[in-house]
Amino acid sequence: MSKKESTRMNINSKELIKNAFKKLNPATLFRNPVMFIVEIGSILTTIITIMDFIGKSAERNFDLQISIWLWFTILFANFAESLAEGRGKAQADALRKTRKDIKAKKLIGNKTEVVLGSTLKKGDIVLVEAGDIIPGDGEVIEGVASVDESAITGESAPVIRESGGDRSSVTAGTKVLSDWIKVKISSDPGESFLDKMISLVEGAKRQKTPNEIALTIMLIGLTIILLLATVTIEPYAIYSGTKISIPTLIALLVCLIPTTIGGLLSAIGIAGMDRLIKKNILAMSGRAVEAAGDVDVLLLDKTGTITFGNRMATEFIPAPGVTENELAMAAQMSSLSDETPEGRSIVVLAKDKYGIREHNLKELNVEFIPFTAKTRMSGININNNKEIRKGAIDAIENYVKEKGGNMPEEVLNAVKMIAQNGGTPLVVAENERVLGVIHLKDIVKGGIKERFADLRRMGIKTVMITGDNPMTAKAIADEAGVDEFVAEAKPETKLSLIKEYQANGHLVAMTGDGTNDAPALAQADVGVAMNSGTQAAKEAGNMVDLDSSPTKLIAVVEIGKQLLMTRGALTTFSIANDVAKYFAIIPAMFSATYPQLGVLNIMHLKTPESAVLSAIIFNALIIIALIPLALKGVKYRPLGAAAIFKRNMLIYGLGGLIVPFVGIKIIDIIITFLGLVH
Amino acid sequence: MIYDILQMLIFICLLVIITIPLGSYIAKVFTNQHTFFDFVAKPIEKFVYKITGIDESHEMNWKEYALSLVIFNFLGMIFLFILLVSQGKLPLNPQKLPGISSWHLALNTAVSFVTNTNWQAYNGETTVSYLTQMLGFTVQNFLSAATGLSVAIALIRGMMRHSTKDIGNFWVDITRSIIWIFLPLSLILSLILAQQGVIQNFSSYIRVHTLEGLKQVIAMGPVASQEAIKMLGTNGGGFFGANSAHPFENPTPLTNMLEMLAILAIPASLPYAFGKMVKNTRQGWAIFSAMLILFVIMLGTTYYSEKTGNPIISHINITGPSAMEGKEVRFGIAGSSLFSTVTTAASCGAVNSSLDSMTPLGGLIPMLQIMLGEVIFGGVGSGLYSMLIDAFLAVFIVGLMVGRTPEYIGKKIESYEMKMSILAIIIPASTILIGSAIASVTKTGTSVLLNHGPHGLSEILYAFASTTGNNGSAFAGLNSNTLFYNLITSIAMIIGRFGVIIPALAIAGSLANKKVVPVSVGTFPTDNVLFSVLLVGIVLIIGALTFFPALSLGPIIEQLLMNAGKLF
Repeated sequence: MSKKESTRMNINSKELIKNAFKKLNPATLFRNPVMFIVEIGSILTTIITIMDFIGKSAERNFDLQISIWLWFTILFANFAESLAEGRGKAQADALRKTRKDIKAKKLIGNKTEVVLGSTLKKGDIVLVEAGDIIPGDGEVIEGVASVDESAITGESAPVIRESGGDRSSVTAGTKVLSDWIKVKISSDPGESFLDKMISLVEGAKRQKTPNEIALTIMLIGLTIILLLATVTIEPYAIYSGTKISIPTLIALLVCLIPTTIGGLLSAIGIAGMDRLIKKNILAMSGRAVEAAGDVDVLLLDKTGTITFGNRMATEFIPAPGVTENELAMAAQMSSLSDETPEGRSIVVLAKDKYGIREHNLKELNVEFIPFTAKTRMSGININNNKEIRKGAIDAIENYVKEKGGNMPEEVLNAVKMIAQNGGTPLVVAENERVLGVIHLKDIVKGGIKERFADLRRMGIKTVMITGDNPMTAKAIADEAGVDEFVAEAKPETKLSLIKEYQANGHLVAMTGDGTNDAPALAQADVGVAMNSGTQAAKEAGNMVDLDSSPTKLIAVVEIGKQLLMTRGALTTFSIANDVAKYFAIIPAMFSATYPQLGVLNIMHLKTPESAVLSAIIFNALIIIALIPLALKGVKYRPLGAAAIFKRNMLIYGLGGLIVPFVGIKIIDIIITFLGLVH
Repeated sequence: MIYDILQMLIFICLLVIITIPLGSYIAKVFTNQHTFFDFVAKPIEKFVYKITGIDESHEMNWKEYALSLVIFNFLGMIFLFILLVSQGKLPLNPQKLPGISSWHLALNTAVSFVTNTNWQAYNGETTVSYLTQMLGFTVQNFLSAATGLSVAIALIRGMMRHSTKDIGNFWVDITRSIIWIFLPLSLILSLILAQQGVIQNFSSYIRVHTLEGLKQVIAMGPVASQEAIKMLGTNGGGFFGANSAHPFENPTPLTNMLEMLAILAIPASLPYAFGKMVKNTRQGWAIFSAMLILFVIMLGTTYYSEKTGNPIISHINITGPSAMEGKEVRFGIAGSSLFSTVTTAASCGAVNSSLDSMTPLGGLIPMLQIMLGEVIFGGVGSGLYSMLIDAFLAVFIVGLMVGRTPEYIGKKIESYEMKMSILAIIIPASTILIGSAIASVTKTGTSVLLNHGPHGLSEILYAFASTTGNNGSAFAGLNSNTLFYNLITSIAMIIGRFGVIIPALAIAGSLANKKVVPVSVGTFPTDNVLFSVLLVGIVLIIGALTFFPALSLGPIIEQLLMNAGKLF
């Protein structure tokens, strides 16, 4: 966490304010039509104010204040965008810093030449030796090395990277600890994952996502309607025998058009990206994050996502005439040399459950028998007279029969039982005597069932994919609480499954790491590739998880939903605000011609001028007030749509209706007290 | 008062009762299911296709559909225009009425009937022959209603279908609308109206000596046959200038009730038909409920305002407190309030009282209903498609709050739909606002006003709202038969009609091409009361945001001034 705290410190407040002013440039502000209209209004009002001062008009004090607040409205919106950008950039910079000025040993023919990492192009081959920092994202084409990836993932244990297979991908900024590798660079300068991610948090370069475009169209439409409603007031006023000053009309327009959401829209998008980076996920496009909110099917690999990667011993079932302790002891002995996670779990279980200490092997005359594909057993020989073996049922059966023993019925039943429940039985024998069965089981990760229940409440279906047989798969599926499972899945099953769901209108998310996952990752609407996975997988997906944690998918979905919810909440809030603003400004506009319209002044604002000014000040300040919400996002709860909607409608719809009445009134009291207007 | 409320309640109950059978009948007609009427209608339909060469199985994409519709309506305008200017030389003209000499009046009238507006800048009995009434107006009453209905059906198809560009065949839709729906219903209603005293003849006008010894001309004509479709098709163009206040158009309280029911029958049944067609009637009821909630609010306000009346007049103590000026004693406050709410809720525009004479607030309601986009049941077809567009907007604005990109009836609402929905809102709104703005500051615009001050502005606003909204009713205070108004309102009617139809069809095309998103608990629910209330809120907020300034300088200030003792 200390890394992140320090990055937050990097955001310089002077820089932010400078950026907010820079963004006043109409050429960039044009991308935000609502704020662009405000800028045109501000310029017009400013010109009128200057003319007021030259002509010593009585309106000059009022017009000046309107101009100032109009400019503040834009600056506040720009500030929000800069703030969101700054945060994202600071995080990205911290990631990028690691790769700055890395010296690369570029291979040209047989010779190496030292160049700057930033000059490497796609296809270049570099040599990285122990102690070197990998200069660019790429793929190991030769050699094997242990690599420290803590700069990216924060995980301190080194990982093995080697050519071929699923561990061939390396990331820029990580450090080779031992041996050497040759790396083929996979991206041109400025196009690496990190660069892409950085461009997603920079407002000016950021591409709008589909939903943002649709929302912008809606906001433009609303702005046009309100522009018409405001502009036509003048002819109606002339008909009614009065004239409305242009600054007042502009003030009304700016109050009415959806400046709250218009001003915060890009900040919301950038903040969504920031939240992803905070979770150590790099997204290739904003579109993918948005799609994550819509995802309604999650394809999950069983291994690593739902269960821990390895089977673990959970139980010893002794054969008739054997005590549990005896079996446990033999099982532990047979596994002492077994370095596989399964073997170690047997030792641990024997120790934890039966208190069997590890034996002092030196005292015994032992010979370890490793597992071979031919015997399909492993074990130990003690003092040349005691042979302990463990293995699959048929291997052990052959073994004891050879020695003149036989397989007891009870053991056969136990084996069957275990298999039916989705476990893996291992039979233990000592010479010709069968001692019993070890129950190896896939262990479902803690809390995963609750996560899936949450997902179900959100309307998201979870589908488990496994190569196991249907019986095993079902047992795990039931235990983990997934909605559906696909057993005996081949690599291509995922792709066809995704296509099938998509044809039925579903949006599918999945995680993957292997090269054979690549087509499915590319097909999925949200494909999260593990950073530890192959280059092919990373290129196919639209997100990369730096922590390589398969359960991240759930966090991605939540961030996507939160992003959309925040947009919806602020749009609703923005539009609901208009009601109060009409009640403030319309009676004020016509107070001279039709004093009877004062009935509509239900807030009892002091004077027409204070009413208009209060409304415009409220309109500007509410942007600042809502920046934290835009950056943090609307609080997300795993509930059904109906429940979420009721809640948010109450807060942002009804709240949006009431808050401005109170806010405008308070501002009116303050500016009257300060005597800012007459 | 109890009887008044009882009358309104009975009306609403009858309306709800009609909705289900008529709605499911309409759904069957347009999904080619068997109906009891097939034995008559099928042979006629086959015959029509045979002589017109329509290929029943041909499916159209939205552009072809829209193009067919526009060409068809445009040809209708030309035909009606020619008929109007040449009626003097044509038969069935016992009064020897000459062809309409003012080209802009003829144009305005032609546009008016083709766009389902029936704005009448002329006086029926003194201007048009029986042939024009029957072959021109009545035919267009059928065709314009069928056009509206077809568009609604095409939009529903967009939601029913997936992964296709086809939204149906315009010629088939319009033919089936007429043969299965409008013709039989009109026939039945005409017969009942005739039984109640609505006339149906080709006689020349009768001169009578009144009891006071005066001479009076009583206009005649084939009224009953036109009266039925005038209501059922939400056309509203009266045979006579007095429209449904005329005893030959609306003779008895029973006909008054029937005519009101006829206005809303099809528009109110369409949400149910929609629900049936998308296989979830709850969706239909949600739309219907939103319409009904708005209707009750509007009716209540009108009735309250008319019942309370004008405080200045009531102080003089010549009548009771209520506003009886401009109302038929046969119908009273309740019958008139109900009728004017119904006729402006639907884009009908038939009237049985003078809207201009209503209290300012009472007059605000008809105007507001039109300004809201004629979505409170609305015109035949147009009410539903306009309301569905509001539903898309509602889903888009607040639907995001559930954390998914918005969807409605399994269809994602994306930027294209938003663009078209927004256009369908902006186009009519800007026509009303800009048209009124031009009229209110130009001499040609204000010189024909009967009243000045805020009431004059109300009259101008009403004229543009009514023509743009294809309603056709009028605040009579504006003498609209001038070159300026005839032309500008013609433009308003065309923009208001096709400026919504084309975006609606574009949406239909785009939705038809989308996949269906399966419903889950994560889907924003659009089939419950909450959504109805939300839709009401969106309709009111969008309408209020657009028209609040204009309305506050018209009817709102007028009402406030009246309460303060000032009249216009």
